[in-house]
Amino acid sequence: MKRAYLTSVFLAALALLAACGGGEQKPETDGGSAAEPAKSMVADASSYDPKRGEGKFNESNVTVGALDAAMAAKGEAISGTKCFSCHKTTDEKLVGPGWKGITQRKAPYWIMNFITNPDPMIDKDPEVQAQLELCLVRMPNQNLTDDDARQVLEFMRKNDGAK
Amino acid sequence: MKQPRLSLSLLMLTIAAAGFLFPACKPKNAGSAATGDATKAYVPPGKHDEFYNFVSGGFSGQMSVYGLPSGRLLRVIPVFSVDPEKGYGYSEETKPMLNTSHGFVPWDDLHHTEMSQTNGEIDGKWVFGNANNTPRLARIDLKTFRTAEIIELPNSGGNHSSPFGTENSEYIVAGTRFSVPPDDVNGDVPINTYKQNFKGHISFVSVNKETGAMDIAFQLKTPGVNFDLARAGKAKSHGWFFFSCYNTEQANTLLEVNASQKDKDFILAVNWKKAEEYLKAGKGKKVKVKYAHNKYDEATHTATSEIRTEVTVLDVAELKDICYFIPCPKSPHGCDVDPTGEYIVGSGKLAALIPVFSFDKIQQAIAAKSFDGEYEGIPVIKYESALHGEVQKPGLGPLHTEFDGRGNAYTSFFVSSEVVKWNIKDLKVVDRVPTYYSVGHLCIPGGNTRKPNAKYLIAYNKITKDRYLPTGPELAQSAQLYDISGEKMQMILDFPTIGEPHYAQAAPADIIKNNGQLKIYKIDENKHPYVAKGEGESKVVREGNKVHVYMTSIRSHFAPDNIEGIRLGDEVYFHVTNLEQDWDVPHGFAIKGASNAELLIMPGETSTLKWVPERVGIFPMYCTDFCSALHQEMQGYVRVSPAGSNVPLSFSVGTNQPKADAAAPAAGSEKK
Ligand code: HEC
Ligand SMILES: [Cu+2]
Repeated sequence: MKRAYLTSVFLAALALLAACGGGEQKPETDGGSAAEPAKSMVADASSYDPKRGEGKFNESNVTVGALDAAMAAKGEAISGTKCFSCHKTTDEKLVGPGWKGITQRKAPYWIMNFITNPDPMIDKDPEVQAQLELCLVRMPNQNLTDDDARQVLEFMRKNDGAK
Repeated sequence: MKQPRLSLSLLMLTIAAAGFLFPACKPKNAGSAATGDATKAYVPPGKHDEFYNFVSGGFSGQMSVYGLPSGRLLRVIPVFSVDPEKGYGYSEETKPMLNTSHGFVPWDDLHHTEMSQTNGEIDGKWVFGNANNTPRLARIDLKTFRTAEIIELPNSGGNHSSPFGTENSEYIVAGTRFSVPPDDVNGDVPINTYKQNFKGHISFVSVNKETGAMDIAFQLKTPGVNFDLARAGKAKSHGWFFFSCYNTEQANTLLEVNASQKDKDFILAVNWKKAEEYLKAGKGKKVKVKYAHNKYDEATHTATSEIRTEVTVLDVAELKDICYFIPCPKSPHGCDVDPTGEYIVGSGKLAALIPVFSFDKIQQAIAAKSFDGEYEGIPVIKYESALHGEVQKPGLGPLHTEFDGRGNAYTSFFVSSEVVKWNIKDLKVVDRVPTYYSVGHLCIPGGNTRKPNAKYLIAYNKITKDRYLPTGPELAQSAQLYDISGEKMQMILDFPTIGEPHYAQAAPADIIKNNGQLKIYKIDENKHPYVAKGEGESKVVREGNKVHVYMTSIRSHFAPDNIEGIRLGDEVYFHVTNLEQDWDVPHGFAIKGASNAELLIMPGETSTLKWVPERVGIFPMYCTDFCSALHQEMQGYVRVSPAGSNVPLSFSVGTNQPKADAAAPAAGSEKK
């Protein structure tokens, strides 16, 4: 049994598809019962800081300086295994948004929070929710360690031209 | 009718049926017992159960996991039978698990479960299961709820007296139900030479404390009889094992009559510490046999099967003071040891009483040589010298006993369809409740250990009849849950189960859910030889007529999802790696015409489906597990061309688009 949110995402997807008149009818029911209370998508949004995101990272424990090329190389390798099936390094959308410019749009600690702790942020972050409406797939938790996340961030900085 | 035991007479079944047909014959309190407090079994939505319940799947060959007290089915673990739903026995990785000395065996009959113990308490590491048909023993890892190891048992026929274990799981035993000629002699003998040529064997399978790895430490060669059930001694009787046996008449035909002649059969008491001494002293004989030993490797996600050729056998007629027979009335079935280790309860299934033996008295009898002669070289202890006492007229057809650690025993009665609670010391009946119908085994969480957790008792029945909505001739199996925390037993739930709930064990949920359970396979630690760690590593490689597809899956696409250049005569291996690293996001894989099954691939896992296309054309493949909102988009195509075709091998994801100007591409046009 998948989590309740799959059901809600699925229903939302159906609603969207129906609205656009796009695609064939999806006949499947995923075994989740409609009676199940759907998890609120904006649970506890009041205390959420969209600049920082939610997780263990903040201004004080994530610092970025001159590009660390070795670290960026490690980050690229991790991304090859865990991210590139959904993200391109250009601004082109694949399953998720392209990564180009992400380090300009978002604070480093927001990125590290999101990639290590996506589930609660997808439920609360207004911009992520807007993207979810376009992508219809939730950004998965790919079980990055803190070090992995920092290395991926370094790769994103390199991708955005940091020196 | 659920699998009637060969040994039960038709008469008994008739009585059982009569009991069902004529409610007047049922125990008096049938009505009141069913009105117990049902809220006690209620677990609200979203809340977890208190106990895990591991129930043998009998002739389904699997093991099922229920939550208690709700009776909700949580998982069916494939063990001895193939399971197309999970790809078990169909994927290239799991096929070796079902290998035996007879080749690939896709089915068996899993009768009993045994949870691993440390210091006489359930430790939540492993649960064992026995294969009753082609004799084997399986170990299921409770971190993954998957079958981790299966070992075949040579010199055996029908591994029924299994997989019972000692109080530190030093050994899990496997006693042969059918005696047969040993594997190293010519078995081409007349069946009616049972007495000369047939032998019993009991395997002591050691279990590595850290890894769980199993090994046949030694076998005991015994007279030819039928071994039925067994329990290890515990606490004071640790070092001993007790096996019930029947057919001491040594009949080889019409056992229901011919094996029920004698007043008494035996319980075999085995001093396994003594056997260990003989083994150390080199008294064991190396015997040529053939058996499979199959292991699942968690790093490669792949099972391997090894055929082994030797086992060490101790002959108990030659090596004195390992074994003693204790007479036990009428074809004993259950043979259960109480939590103190002092009392051994024998349940003669054709007897009208329950004998209870005393470990201390058995020791004194052996010291004083209080014997009644020998049976094929094994001393027979005098019945009275071993006996603590008898429970008189407890019911009809006693089978199995579990304990509550408060001085009470609970015995199931097949023929009179009831559970009887009695006091071990004074042998008086305390309470009785009906079951629906014809109960086999009972389960109390930890009810076979030194420390039972005796809040509930579950009765697993052989006959279902009218308990649930009818579903034609074939019905679900039935189990009933009783609250046994008070003086009187109270039925609080009646729930259907998969076939056939033979025996079960249960443990507090915390012991298992906090055992370090695996949620995903870490992709970095995946050592599968055909893993693709990321889409960048996905590819298709031809080696002669073998084509290896290194495929990845993630919400919601496969890479590659377009493959061309497969030819008739090819064997295609889809090695699918699930790139997800989040709990509960499996992907499935299926392709049209595949003659095996689907794959169900856990996050970070690699599984392989072999596909041999038998016609030319376009073959769709898709994800079978509803993984995301775009699950229905998770699909692809494989193009199969005739043998010798020059369509080049190609594969892609997202790029194989029609040329901008080609309105209608010609059939069979090739990709450049
Ligand atoms: C299954 C496809 C998938 C995979 C795999 C995936 N993502 Fe995402 N990602 C998404 C989607 C979809 C979004 C858009 C947000 C949403 O809908 O949840 C997203 C959003 C993001 C964002 C925010 C982008 C923005 O412009 O705001 C970042 C950063 C990100 N992903 C990083 C990663 C990293 C790092 C990995 C690998 C560890 C990864 N993603 C793996 C699908 C994926
Ligand atoms: Cu899928």
